[in-house]
Amino acid sequence: MFELIGVPPQVLFGQLLLGLINGAFYALLSLGLAVIFGMLNVINFAHGAQYMLGAFGAWLLLKYTGIPYWGALVIVPLVIGAFGIVLERLFLSRLYHLDHLYGLLLTFGLAIIFEGVARYVFGASGVSYENPIPGGVNLGFMFLPYYRAWVIVFSLAVCLATWFMIERTKLGSYLRAAVERPDLVQAMGINVPLMITLTYGFGVALAALAGVLAAPVYSVTPKIGAEIIIVVFAVVVIGGMGSIMGSVVTGFGLGLVEGLTKVFYPEASNIVIFVIMAIVLVLRPAGLFGTAK
Amino acid sequence: MRPSRLMLGVAMAGLMASAAHADMTEGGIKIGVLTDMSGTYSDLSGGGSVWSAKKAVEDYLKAKPGLKVEVIAADHQNKADISANTARQWYDVDKVDVIVDLVTSSTALAVNQIAKEKNKVALVSGAASSALTGKDCTANTIHWTYDTWALANGTGSAITKTGGDSWFFLTADYAFGHALEKDTAAVVEKLGGKVMGKVRHPFPAQDFSSFLLQAQASKAKIIGLANAGADTTNAIKQASEFGIVAGGQNLAGLLVFITDVHALGLKTSQGLIFTESWYWDANDTNRAFAKEYAAANGGKYPTMVHAGVYSSVIHYLKAVEDLKSDADGAAVVAKMKAMPTDDKLYGKGTVRADGRKIHDMYLFEVKKPEESKGPWDYYKTRATIPATEAWRPLDAGECPLVKK
Amino acid sequence: MRSRETMIGLVLLGLLLVAPLVIYPVFLMKVLCFALFACAFNLLIGYVGLLSFGHAMFFGFAAYVAGHTIKVWGWPTEVGILAAALIAAAMGLVVGLIAIRRQGIYFAMVTLALSQMVYFFCIQAKFTGGEDGIQAIPRRPVFGFIDISKDLTLYYFVLAIFLVGFLLIYRTIHSPFGQVLKAIRENEPRAISLGYRVDQYKLLAFVLSAGLAGLAGATKAIVFQLASLTDVQWQMSGEVVLMTLVGGMGTVLGPVVGAGIIVAMQNYLKGLGEWVLVIQGIIFVLTVLVFRRGVVGEIWALLSRSKPGQRPGA
Repeated sequence: MFELIGVPPQVLFGQLLLGLINGAFYALLSLGLAVIFGMLNVINFAHGAQYMLGAFGAWLLLKYTGIPYWGALVIVPLVIGAFGIVLERLFLSRLYHLDHLYGLLLTFGLAIIFEGVARYVFGASGVSYENPIPGGVNLGFMFLPYYRAWVIVFSLAVCLATWFMIERTKLGSYLRAAVERPDLVQAMGINVPLMITLTYGFGVALAALAGVLAAPVYSVTPKIGAEIIIVVFAVVVIGGMGSIMGSVVTGFGLGLVEGLTKVFYPEASNIVIFVIMAIVLVLRPAGLFGTAK
Repeated sequence: MRPSRLMLGVAMAGLMASAAHADMTEGGIKIGVLTDMSGTYSDLSGGGSVWSAKKAVEDYLKAKPGLKVEVIAADHQNKADISANTARQWYDVDKVDVIVDLVTSSTALAVNQIAKEKNKVALVSGAASSALTGKDCTANTIHWTYDTWALANGTGSAITKTGGDSWFFLTADYAFGHALEKDTAAVVEKLGGKVMGKVRHPFPAQDFSSFLLQAQASKAKIIGLANAGADTTNAIKQASEFGIVAGGQNLAGLLVFITDVHALGLKTSQGLIFTESWYWDANDTNRAFAKEYAAANGGKYPTMVHAGVYSSVIHYLKAVEDLKSDADGAAVVAKMKAMPTDDKLYGKGTVRADGRKIHDMYLFEVKKPEESKGPWDYYKTRATIPATEAWRPLDAGECPLVKK
Repeated sequence: MRSRETMIGLVLLGLLLVAPLVIYPVFLMKVLCFALFACAFNLLIGYVGLLSFGHAMFFGFAAYVAGHTIKVWGWPTEVGILAAALIAAAMGLVVGLIAIRRQGIYFAMVTLALSQMVYFFCIQAKFTGGEDGIQAIPRRPVFGFIDISKDLTLYYFVLAIFLVGFLLIYRTIHSPFGQVLKAIRENEPRAISLGYRVDQYKLLAFVLSAGLAGLAGATKAIVFQLASLTDVQWQMSGEVVLMTLVGGMGTVLGPVVGAGIIVAMQNYLKGLGEWVLVIQGIIFVLTVLVFRRGVVGEIWALLSRSKPGQRPGA
């Protein structure tokens, strides 16, 4: 048995696995941000708030209609995604001709509104959501709750499916083309504004999905969105928003790094991602997977 | 907060007291409830504290009409600067005589200073920091409901004495968490227990799994949660997920309110042990108060903070009536310290020279779901900590008001 | 145009001098501190086109520095404030060196992330007092003889600081340096091709802005005798963006008006609880959608019937 700076290996494996779970949320959220940014050139500041709404959505469904977690996993992203589409049509679409900063400011305002309304409706201390698959399995080095295992598997699947759809399908090729030359794609008879709208809806749905996934593990409070979005921003800056795969890999990777920090120097676990961001910016300003624009 | 009947009652009482005391500033007493109306602590204080203050005024005037009392309220959003700003404006412009509740230590410490500067009164119920009666104590502040020392002492000693003699701390990495951890660890070690380790988690934190895993690996019998609010509920929730309690370790919450237990549900929080100063289901008076409270506050039940606000307002009114003046804050507080306290929720007690309100504390254990018979039926009383043992000894607090 | 500005400026100055006789001075001081903060922020967004979403780190950290040096180390008030502003400027140098490597929205995200890091540092660091902040910061006489323990005297001291900062910004904007900044905002590649070392100009503007934000934060710490986490939180960065946006980005007086509006709103709508947040969000959204020039910008446009221009580029 060897020990790494006083930490037995089984604890280390456990922490790595846990880091991967957190990474799953970072990956899902930064994936949604990257998809939206790629198409709309807008940084969706409301992403965290939409994640928060997703978590509350799951709770509302269970409480008022009795629809369990598995139903919420499908219904909530659809509903919030549709809500995102309304937002895009009503507000965001009016800003495309302006500086991108206005998109950021607008979505920041929306985020504040959502958080305020959620506080009014649900209260600041939030609600708690029952774990749909209680219990777990003893892996020898740690006790792995089934639900956390599910989070890793499911979010990986969603990330890969999104990557496949965008990089490997015909629809995805239209999307990528529309990012490069919207005018040409439009000229070829493809409805680019519609694609933009749907893309935003899809990105928002991803955030809501992450919210539903998070509801059983974290306390669901109006603040959770704001807390996570800043970290996800850093993740996005580190990865660079150039590629879908890049954002997924960076998300999981930083989850791991954070997990390790919690073992070796827990006091710094809140800031480690920001420190990495600063270092990456100095060494590789475009981000790990980004291309300089 | 529904104003309706209660406010009307207060206003009527005010009108009836046409012969207001000439010595009252601005012709009457003005009570400001400064609390968290919208944030994390709004359930355990917030609108409920405003209701409790008004209820206290109503009850007091019913028994002894004559005073003219007004209650106003504001939201400090748990921010020390908003708290300081509001307190200044209240004392300077709005002629508020006393500020009550003050949930969270930072907001209470801010008002503590200003009350002293302006020679007004602050009656702290919601905040925890024992510095309020320690190095930061003033002649204008009374700390009513509980404090970090009492929680650490109560929970730490009771658990250690009953066999929970090895501890691992999960500590929020800021002054408050450190204070809770330090005080509890001291008690545990004094009683022969052992602290197996600790981990400082960032504040606030969402994910506790990694810290819980470290706690699990320590094999300590008790995992002490030296944190508050959402951090505590998150940690408890995730401990249940990782089967920590099922695995034979026990959680000790160092700062838990009944609203936290309510939010977590009994299934998740059962078996949790912690210290509080008041429980609604302890006796008939408390139950009657709770029933009325629940009717006016959307079915929620009162916390010890609400009861503390009620109790502190009653005692304040008594002292002011006795003095026939509310103008000199330090004199009112001196009077409050001289008179024994007696109200329907906290019973008989005293206020010490350092501003510490003295009463019994209770060690509670959260019931199993099958033991709970009705709404908010959550606690079993494990022990009563007598007033003489519950609080930090007067000479140990470094309060400048206490002559050595 | 310039003479009208001067006239309006003088009228406003007159109003500011007599205001505390009518309005609660502490409230006015709060407005002035935030006005200076917003002006410092506006220097970046309005004149260089850089959206910093992390300006709270300078504002809040300087408040801690002022609090600590004055309360614990016993430094004179004016030295403490100056030290705080210098530290904030130094932070601005470090943050600027990292952040200006990216542009546009990335710049916003980087500054936000870095300020979050400063926030976490402030929670954990010993000298900040964590959650409790630094309380009871003494109001010592300025220069040893101006007694600022009275709110009214303190008000004029704060007004003086505000004016110094404001005039410094005003001079900067109207200097050749300011013209280069505007050129960078309008068309960065062209400025580069003209031989300007754009990054150095940006960095200098960033340092200046950070230092002035620090000056505002340190002054606020003296006024409220308190330095707390509120001032370093990301919400504070959002608020200063809102103030500037509402008042009018890229206008000299806009941030001052915006600060007045938002602080007054927070003050008088306190009773609405969580709705204040919602209202702020709605104002944000409305301003961005229909009202992009802000109050002062719209009035300016009305007065001069000029074509819609003035938008921050990046």
